[in-house]
Amino acid sequence: MKLFRLDRLAWIFMRVSGFILIGLIFTHLTVNLMQDGGVKAIDFAFVAGKLADPFWQWFDVTLLWLALIHGSNGMRVVIDDYVYRPGVKRGLFVALGVSTAMLIVLGTLVIFTLDPCPVGSPAELLPSFCSAS
Amino acid sequence: MFRGTLYRGHEGMWSWVLHRITGIAIYFFLLVHVLDTATVRIDPHLYNVVMASYKTPIMGLGEAVLVAAIVFHAFNGLRIILVDMTAWASRHHRALFYGVLVLWTVVMVAFLPRHLMHVFGG
Repeated sequence: MKLFRLDRLAWIFMRVSGFILIGLIFTHLTVNLMQDGGVKAIDFAFVAGKLADPFWQWFDVTLLWLALIHGSNGMRVVIDDYVYRPGVKRGLFVALGVSTAMLIVLGTLVIFTLDPCPVGSPAELLPSFCSAS
Repeated sequence: MFRGTLYRGHEGMWSWVLHRITGIAIYFFLLVHVLDTATVRIDPHLYNVVMASYKTPIMGLGEAVLVAAIVFHAFNGLRIILVDMTAWASRHHRALFYGVLVLWTVVMVAFLPRHLMHVFGG
């Protein structure tokens, strides 16, 4: 048995990432849906305030990468199970890989390049620390 | 009485079906969620408008279903890891599936009133 076959690595990854994702997502849901006003409290000021903190930047980027790779690997298994025509299967695998890579790049850029205090935006839309002199 | 099937229609099959359905549903939400969050990088007002669509009653119920799917997938995933790793868990995988349902119920009882209050309360 080859120790590092791709399927074996994927199998291990699903279990390790799944375990870590439980902690990350339960925290994500508690902070965003349970704390304070829940979903009603989510706006630019809330998100920009969070992402101004390196802790939440690294938390969210870890969540983004693990969730997208865990989810797309799950979809790879689903496609493999239900799509029989080789051409269609291959096309879906490519679409899945390309969309996953694009969302990982997009999300990572958003997390690390977000300006919490963009010039020209009304102060009431921004985190409170933007107007502190 | 043994009805001639060990898998079909039993706990093992239903946990597999539910794990697959919740996983697919969560995946498609994840695609949308990365895109809606990306609007935060474009413009504060635009992001607030996009987020307003998550605060409607219908989407509030959708979020309840999403959380229910995530919590099941999480606990059932733990059950899968345990069954893979230990002989004890693979012997008791049925009992563990009911344990998953109990834990799921406990978490949803803690989550739902608060979330529905946020969505429907003033």
